[in-house]
Amino acid sequence: MEPIGWGGIFARMIIQFWPVWAALIITFAVSIHYRRRLGLYGKLFDSTVGMIGFGIVMFWVYTAFFADIIITHDPLGQLSSMKNKPPGTAAPDGSTYAYYLLGGDNLARDVFSRMVMGARRVLAIAPAATMFAFMVGITLGLPAGYFAGKLDTGLSFLANLVLAFPVILLFYLLVTPEIRDTGIPTILAAVLFIFPIIFLVTLFNSRYFTNPNRRNLYVGVTLVLGLWAYSGLAFNADPLGVWSMDPNLLNVFVAVVFVNAPTVFRIVRGIVLDLRSRDYVAAGQTRGEGAWYIMLWEILPNARGPLIVDFCLRIGYTTILLGTLGFFGLGVSPESPDWGSTINDGRRLLSIFPAPAVVPAIALMSLVLGLNLLADGLREESMKD
Amino acid sequence: MLMFLLRRFGIMVLTALCLTFIVFFLTNLTPNLEKLARSEGSVRMSDEQVTSWLAQNGYAQPLVVRYGEWLGVMPGWTVSGAEGVTGRCIDSATPAEAAPRFCGIIQGDWGQSSVFKRPVSEILGRALGATGWLMLWVMIVMVPSALALGVLAGMREGSRTDRVLSTVAIATTATPEYVSGVIFIVIFASATAGVSPMLAEMGWIEGRTLFQGTATSAMDNITFWNFGLPVITVALYGMGYIARMTRASMTEVMTAQYIRTARLKGVRFRDVVIRHALRNALIAPFTVIMLQFPWLLNGVVIVETLFNYKGFGWTLVQGAGNNDIELLLACSVVAVIVVLVTQLISDIGYALLNPRIRIS
Repeated sequence: MEPIGWGGIFARMIIQFWPVWAALIITFAVSIHYRRRLGLYGKLFDSTVGMIGFGIVMFWVYTAFFADIIITHDPLGQLSSMKNKPPGTAAPDGSTYAYYLLGGDNLARDVFSRMVMGARRVLAIAPAATMFAFMVGITLGLPAGYFAGKLDTGLSFLANLVLAFPVILLFYLLVTPEIRDTGIPTILAAVLFIFPIIFLVTLFNSRYFTNPNRRNLYVGVTLVLGLWAYSGLAFNADPLGVWSMDPNLLNVFVAVVFVNAPTVFRIVRGIVLDLRSRDYVAAGQTRGEGAWYIMLWEILPNARGPLIVDFCLRIGYTTILLGTLGFFGLGVSPESPDWGSTINDGRRLLSIFPAPAVVPAIALMSLVLGLNLLADGLREESMKD
Repeated sequence: MLMFLLRRFGIMVLTALCLTFIVFFLTNLTPNLEKLARSEGSVRMSDEQVTSWLAQNGYAQPLVVRYGEWLGVMPGWTVSGAEGVTGRCIDSATPAEAAPRFCGIIQGDWGQSSVFKRPVSEILGRALGATGWLMLWVMIVMVPSALALGVLAGMREGSRTDRVLSTVAIATTATPEYVSGVIFIVIFASATAGVSPMLAEMGWIEGRTLFQGTATSAMDNITFWNFGLPVITVALYGMGYIARMTRASMTEVMTAQYIRTARLKGVRFRDVVIRHALRNALIAPFTVIMLQFPWLLNGVVIVETLFNYKGFGWTLVQGAGNNDIELLLACSVVAVIVVLVTQLISDIGYALLNPRIRIS
């Protein structure tokens, strides 16, 4: 079969993405229709920049979701005649699709399918890791900023210590196969994964302790679900076998959370130092509210603007960080289609066969750009309050 | 002021000690030491041979003792074997009788690299020099363009210039070095894609590519064509963030009362910006630029690996990939010093530049 030109390639790619276009149209239509009732999310649709960013981010989220329908070939499958072929080359007879839309890489795998599958890899880890980093940062940053004093000095010293670490060195030390035998990732996971549970339990307890029945219900449900997930994810000891994490993935996850947490800590601490002189905090203290109630139910809701913006930006940084890990070949299996490792694989023959490295590079750049634009739109809208 | 400096210096030393101890702990974990024994000895060593090799070479002592030896506060280990006395401070250059008792960093001995088989101080000195040149040119390119971008964008907030320049700044913060480096190589340094084939055909360039895709030749002789791409790759990523901070600072200054008075007095817009606004707007970006140094150090690692430029980042990756303990410890010390010194300069600079803080 004849290879197809760029017009044909783009047309076929657009057709391949049809579930994503459908989902995007539905999302935008519903959100714009109900935007007055949807708070800050609804206000996002008043800003062009925010809508563009949201569109790009949701494009990749839906791509990751519908990846199995979108891909044209098996991401790991190698068809020997397609080694290093340019975009649009016809695949041999009997393949699942007629062409290698964006060409073949050095091991004759389909670049387009690998890029689509890579989105799933990235989006599975990045938002979750950012969420965990936020839980750790908030749980430690709130008391550091509120109580100040020795607690603040100690925690800030630890945060500065982690921040002074060269990130690459930290990754090389934490994300090696040898380190799994020593149990250090499990210890780190045990420490870091307990923070969401502590956060939620303190949240419910500080608010509902005057109503023991209600409090016991919330805290009980949190503890049961939380400790169940915790035992599975951190220790791989889930009795029902639902929660588990591949040890390689756990290594990467823990390293990324560990690297991101101190910056979140600093941001939250700065905000709390600023907000604790406000009137509503003084009113709470006069009423006799406990310290954790004031931190979690008075200060934190007022800090949500900058924190939501930083959350979006931080998912972007985490995506870049995961790409860096893949670029150095750390912590992922060698045939993984995640964008960092595909860029690294492609860069050896970059001058003669550009497609295998450029395609995931542009994909990664577009996702981070979308997140940055989304964060900018959110910041603009939240300041218009 | 002196007390402030002394306290910061004390914190820097304490942080360096903690950090190097953590690195020492992580690089000296049992599996890593076994890998080291097998790579230094032979791959087919049995477990007892590994243990005895480790004991013979001073790795069997407690962790704190070995860390003290590296620091130079505890005497170097010595073992009397069949070939005579061997020890930490004893090698082919210094025989057992003339060897000093303490040989750690306090005495100025940074150890021997197991990857490069040369003294660490020699390797690190050359690597830091190479990265120093890269950082110098990055700063020369990045700082003026970022400041210009930020000032022009912040001068008239909400105008079309502002929107365009802000989008450019956001786009550059969204491209990490491995993405922009790859794209630049494809566009400018590829023999089959991008602009180089066209230019070669038209006879405008001598070689096959416009820029060179590797910077190894830049270690000896820096030219625009072999150094341009690495510099612009590192500079691009930092530029966006600095530009956005400058823009934010500029818009804040442009809404100040004294600017309004100047405009009402009839001062030309250009003079208002240059003579009144700039001086106040550039205080915050100075601290941001200083605090970008640690981030640039990370970016330098990626760029040096991508362009094969044997500087500090490349050396760090080689050491980390092969678990070269002495080299990694020295690199951590350098990293801590860079981070904390730039933080200190940023704090002092901010106090000096802003009279309001200095006087209060």
